[in-house]
Amino acid sequence: MSEKKSSAWSPSSREIQRRKSRRAISRKQAGIAAASSIFVLGTLLIILVTSPGWETVKTTFFDIEYGKEVFPTVIKGLWINLQLTFIGGAAIGVIALGLALVRTTKSPALTPFRFLATAYVDIFRGAPLILIILLVGFGVPALGLRGVSSNVIFLGTVAVVLTYSAYVAEVIRSGILSIHPSQRAAARSLGLTSGQTMRFVVLPQAIRRVVPPLLNDFVSLLKDTGLVSILGVTDAVRAAQINASRTFNYTPYVVAAILFLLITIPMTRYTDRAIRQRTNAQNSEGAI
Amino acid sequence: MRNVLELVNIRKSFGAELVLNDLSLTVPEHTATVLIGASGSGKSTLLRCINLLESIDDGQIFLDGQEISDPHINVDDVRRRLGMVFQSFNLFPHKTVLENITLSPIKVHGKSKDEANAHAMHLLKRFDLADKADQYPDRLSGGQQQRVAIIRSLAVSPRLLLLDEVTSALDPVLVNEVLTAVRDLKSDGMTMVLATHEMGFATQVADEVCFLESGSIVERGSAEQVLHNPQNPKTQEFLKRVHQAGRL
Repeated sequence: MSEKKSSAWSPSSREIQRRKSRRAISRKQAGIAAASSIFVLGTLLIILVTSPGWETVKTTFFDIEYGKEVFPTVIKGLWINLQLTFIGGAAIGVIALGLALVRTTKSPALTPFRFLATAYVDIFRGAPLILIILLVGFGVPALGLRGVSSNVIFLGTVAVVLTYSAYVAEVIRSGILSIHPSQRAAARSLGLTSGQTMRFVVLPQAIRRVVPPLLNDFVSLLKDTGLVSILGVTDAVRAAQINASRTFNYTPYVVAAILFLLITIPMTRYTDRAIRQRTNAQNSEGAI
Repeated sequence: MRNVLELVNIRKSFGAELVLNDLSLTVPEHTATVLIGASGSGKSTLLRCINLLESIDDGQIFLDGQEISDPHINVDDVRRRLGMVFQSFNLFPHKTVLENITLSPIKVHGKSKDEANAHAMHLLKRFDLADKADQYPDRLSGGQQQRVAIIRSLAVSPRLLLLDEVTSALDPVLVNEVLTAVRDLKSDGMTMVLATHEMGFATQVADEVCFLESGSIVERGSAEQVLHNPQNPKTQEFLKRVHQAGRL
């Protein structure tokens, strides 16, 4: 860590030789990587364009002119997905944190809530999201409850929030459980109550630790908002579907897929980098 | 002299294993009691029982004459009067040195941030760590981290300080800076119970040395008596082994 001035130093002949060998090795590795990539991707491309149906697929899935035409309606739908992701994401964060805290507390007053929270997580983590969307989207309006909106966007969001809160609660809970008991012992021995220990010592460390998996869930959330289209919400998927069923050309689906990927791929890359940094930090420090 | 701590016939087991067996101990104000003994003899468990981090199976614990082994006692209130330093430091990695020290004064003892910071800086200066105030614990050496942990427990002016093998995780050079810090506390009149493997250090600070074996104090007395002229064969055997390991 010390920054000594090394003005009088020049690499020894052995070091110069080593550097040359290292460069030669990395050149060779880059060459192998390039050759292997060209071979694998080239083969896949050849299989694709030489397949008997390629000409039909090209016109029905990759019609660039038609793609340009439907682009505005699909991107308008995508805006719905994004809104749903961010509004839903905020609600999920709050509910999941509450569930995780209830499940990890030992307070006797919260015993019934602990039981309910466990049942909640079991149910919503175990049932397919698409079923929850259908049940909420068609079941709740059928109840005819006064004051409960039957707006499909609202109900779709509720269904997604219900399911994802269960996923995210488990991620946060695993973070809380991963904090070493010695941290709790130190906090309690300083006189902090169990609530203060959770708030000032355990939770801040737990959340930091689960940021990468939470980012993963956020990417999944954005994709899964596409499922609310089954309730008739005109999101990107539904917008593409409407166009495709009118013309029997499936290019709108490809457009929607590309738009989703343009958002999710950078997010996934960022998440991977966050996980890598976390892993490196853990390896060097052992503890955090 | 007033007794800060009194343990009366303490018993504690983990499952079938008896860890503390009918153990009694009195710690007068401004004195240091040093617990020695092999690993697994019950030293750490004893400290954790005093701190109510473990519950005892029988016996009584009194802090300043108040029975703290009563199930109705406010545990948080008891811990506010005790300081504990751990073998593995247990600093909070997400907080700076200053935040580690001021957390309890601010949140538990209701001090203002300025007041807590000023007191913390005063202590940091005293232990030569003022320049580390804004750093995170992982940037500090083991000895510095342990001194921060000691300051953290001092910041709430405890009646009694419990030190659990505070130098066991440090290399020999760093051990000294931590032991110097503990010696300073001793000369300030801090009442302490320490578990340690550093016999030379025990000689320097101990008003009373207790040798533990299988959860019982088999020999107690001044450092001179217990460490240099032990009567009990078990103590003699233990010290012989320590001596062979070159730690006396």
